[in-house]
Amino acid sequence: MLETYWQPVWLTLKLASLTTLVLLLVGTPIAWWLARSRHWLRQPIAAVVALPLVLPPTVLGFYLLLLLGPNGWVGQLTERLGLGLLPFTFEGLVVASVIYSLPFTVQPLQNAFESIREGFLETAATLRAGPWDRFFFVVIPLARNGFITASVLTFAHTIGEFGVILMIGGNIPGETKVLSVAIYDHVESLEYTQAHWLAAGMVVFSFIVLVTLYALNGRARAGALR
Amino acid sequence: MTSTAIEARFVCRFPGFELDVDLKLPGDGITALFGHSGCGKTTLLRCIAGLQQAQGQLSVFGTPWQTDTLFRPVHQRPLAYVFQETHLFPHLSVRRNLTFGQRRVPAQQRQIRFDDAVSWLGLAHLLERMPAGLSGGERQRVAIARAILTSPRLLLMDEPLSALDQSSKQEILPYLERLRDHLAIPMLYVSHSTSEVARLANHIVMMDKGRVIAQGPLQETLARVDQPFRLEEDAGVLVQATLDALDEPWHLARFSFDGGSLWLRQDPRFRPGDPARIQVLARDVSIALTEHRDQSIQNLLPARVDRVETDVTPGTTLVRLLAGNTPFLSRLTSRSAAQLALTPGQPVWLQIKSVALVD
Repeated sequence: MLETYWQPVWLTLKLASLTTLVLLLVGTPIAWWLARSRHWLRQPIAAVVALPLVLPPTVLGFYLLLLLGPNGWVGQLTERLGLGLLPFTFEGLVVASVIYSLPFTVQPLQNAFESIREGFLETAATLRAGPWDRFFFVVIPLARNGFITASVLTFAHTIGEFGVILMIGGNIPGETKVLSVAIYDHVESLEYTQAHWLAAGMVVFSFIVLVTLYALNGRARAGALR
Repeated sequence: MTSTAIEARFVCRFPGFELDVDLKLPGDGITALFGHSGCGKTTLLRCIAGLQQAQGQLSVFGTPWQTDTLFRPVHQRPLAYVFQETHLFPHLSVRRNLTFGQRRVPAQQRQIRFDDAVSWLGLAHLLERMPAGLSGGERQRVAIARAILTSPRLLLMDEPLSALDQSSKQEILPYLERLRDHLAIPMLYVSHSTSEVARLANHIVMMDKGRVIAQGPLQETLARVDQPFRLEEDAGVLVQATLDALDEPWHLARFSFDGGSLWLRQDPRFRPGDPARIQVLARDVSIALTEHRDQSIQNLLPARVDRVETDVTPGTTLVRLLAGNTPFLSRLTSRSAAQLALTPGQPVWLQIKSVALVD
């Protein structure tokens, strides 16, 4: 009983952590490019990154299911590589979450990068710092709050994910049955007490996350003014 | 004077603006890049640094930094750049700002020691502070120390004082003079302030509308009247003089030069025997055909008219005069010039209303 209770929680935390990690690696270069480039593809790509914000999660999940399934080209690729099919696996959930939460990583980072004045980068270059050096020792420290905001939002948003997961992951205990799906299950079976525990937990968790985020941003703003 | 160390040729077009320069600059002292805002001096400095890509060639002490086929990226050029806005890294303490560049220079190329730079710029008490807590003058001193700690072959300064108030400027100038006199690093100093240029520079490059209109040693170049570009209100000369006598009861000091001497109020910075630079603006010099003793001006000099030119401002005339071998400029209304009927070679008396000791 206890295990079935905690299993979705652990699975959710694992999914959110992994998604955040992957997205920081993938989202940082995208955000940097969007912040600095003047390429004509900049606007279309920014729109693609923002799509998950406006699309119903079921639309996203539906197309991911087709794409990753045995007839989709990604599915055929993963099969040929001996990785099997991604839908209804934990790995499939990670892929879906990365796409679903992409704007929550990219947009705060892009804002942070855009607010870094070019002069700091030029100064670093005249002080002999090459491009990577400048990125790691000037850009990342100056965009620190952007990274914190991006991580917290991505993590929290992944935890709250439901529609995409239902479409692509189904409801397999220990593999794809995350918190939001577990709550749905409990409600379906009229187990309101269990549903309450998990749902109230989510409310408290989300509240704490947002309060922390505002406090961090507030302190950063005060620090900048000092 | 000094041999050419920096050769630069750049052509760079923007909408409504074109930079086209060909420069040969000396390998020591301060060269001022001087002109009105929008004349292209900052663009030129950025081209030299490699912050701006332009067609052209650049070589520094014989090493090519840019040719038709080569463009050394900024971080591979042994230069340092001091920006108008200091751009101190806000996330690093003063100490870590100072070592940011130094740590990135190979140890055997570091010629300027941390402690020296800190003491030259008076930063010892600020090392553990964060940039946000510093005054404007302190920030600029940190930025200058950070720049020279990379032991550059060339130091570029883009109006380092223009964002500061008058008292901070006065605070920084002596530090810059000290660097000019201590370091064997040529400096390019962008400025539109004649008083800064008069005080600091050895050499001047005057720019207008993206072109170089005059370049050469400071004193010679300032005293020319034939430039297509004039300094208008700021036109004037610098006189290299020596303090050779004091008149204690009247609190005056005599500064002598080739062609005469000027009496100035005593200044505690100068003792007998000290060299000094004196700025004499054209608008403070009037011309008399005979010696007038019955008036209040103390400084009267016999001189000869050298050239007479119409000034850029309508109704004014710029006259170049020689006292001995020292040139002076005088700015008159064209009517006075006509009434005096000045001709080259004519002996006259200069009446100098006011002068400034700059250095």
